[in-house]
Amino acid sequence: MNTYAELTWQGIWKNNPGLVQLLGLCPLLAVTSTLTNALGMSLATIIVMVGSNATVSIIRNFIPKEIRIPIFVMIIAGYVTCVQLLFNAYAFGIYQSLGIFLPLIVTNCIIIGRAEAFASKNDLLPSIYDGFIMAIGFSLVLVLLGGIRELLGQGTLFDGAPLLLGEWASVLRVEVIEFEQSFLFIMLPPGAFVALGIILAIKNSLDDKVEAIIVPPVVVEKPQRARVNNVT
Amino acid sequence: MNKIMSKNGLILACFALVVTAVVALTHELTKSDIAKQEQKYLLTLLEQVIEPTTYDNDLANQCVLITAPKALGRKTPQRAFIATKDNVPVAIAIETTAPNGYSGNIDLLVGVDLFGKASGVRTLRHQETPGLGDKVELAKSSWIESFKDKILTDKNENQWQVKKDGGQFDQFTGATITPRAVILATKKAIAYVKNNHQTIINSGNSCGAQS
Repeated sequence: MNTYAELTWQGIWKNNPGLVQLLGLCPLLAVTSTLTNALGMSLATIIVMVGSNATVSIIRNFIPKEIRIPIFVMIIAGYVTCVQLLFNAYAFGIYQSLGIFLPLIVTNCIIIGRAEAFASKNDLLPSIYDGFIMAIGFSLVLVLLGGIRELLGQGTLFDGAPLLLGEWASVLRVEVIEFEQSFLFIMLPPGAFVALGIILAIKNSLDDKVEAIIVPPVVVEKPQRARVNNVT
Repeated sequence: MNKIMSKNGLILACFALVVTAVVALTHELTKSDIAKQEQKYLLTLLEQVIEPTTYDNDLANQCVLITAPKALGRKTPQRAFIATKDNVPVAIAIETTAPNGYSGNIDLLVGVDLFGKASGVRTLRHQETPGLGDKVELAKSSWIESFKDKILTDKNENQWQVKKDGGQFDQFTGATITPRAVILATKKAIAYVKNNHQTIINSGNSCGAQS
């Protein structure tokens, strides 16, 4: 596999930030009560991760090793603040419904994790791609979880989509199941934990099969230093 | 050793400067849009609690700061917006806080005319239980609209309670504390406006007109 195929494989499945590295659980569990929120959070995470990986990769040769972490933190904080301001200005509705979790992207370990593990050791393009695909992997989990919880919790999909996408998006809203009362357990944090647990279990049970399809047999590559170890 | 330290410190400082500059630039570029959004949001809220046809002034910028911890539930100043028609005050939209919600404060915006008739109430911020107490939000339930056109007089004061306590407002199944808190805070705010509207109107513009 070439670099980009390998990165894609790692980001989406093998080393998925949400399902394997289990990083960034705070936003993952907290904002996924609806699909729209999950999408908004995904968008913000993608912007921040691509930006921070790109910047870190560009400056990697100029910063002394001892102070790299504070510099990464500053860069990430800068990006998050900018994204927050942009959301506030141009997507006010979603800014309100994401609330505190938007600025809290700063504490999402996956971002500094990728900056440290990948971007600080690789060229610009692979770093951007790594940031992008890791964020996509994370987003897929967010959206999946958001979709499941919204569907089971209140029986709709894309409720409140106009908040993120503008007025036209109100046509996206689908009422799949009609509930008298919303299913509270799913809407509240415990539902997020249980749903994530089930997704994790399914993912793990499929691991061998998917790996057999994707990874060509007998690839004895030298393990790259850049990977975050897969903790089992 | 010292040399490395000062060099690293310098590099850190440079990065801090650059990052701050970028953030400041973004802030500068988005500032007017953010202000516009917030103003627009405020105006939509105000129009929900005071019928827009009943006044003709720039309501969002006709604003007074009031500190009345007893009546309005907060030690910090709350905003009141004065609606006028042909320069005669007709109604006031006042922020108030119900300090005794089920989980924390419930911030409300109460629209009321000068004689104690509510024209609308909206929840600004709350952390009530989803599915139970959050029915005070218009997005979840139309309950909050039951305040519309309700009048507070000296005689009907005990009507301003949930039905369970002998009043006129519905409680929610499984959640009585939240509506109780909201009703009480609304009632206090209305009473406050009724008794102090002269002072509010005369105190002059103190928080509006920030373009």
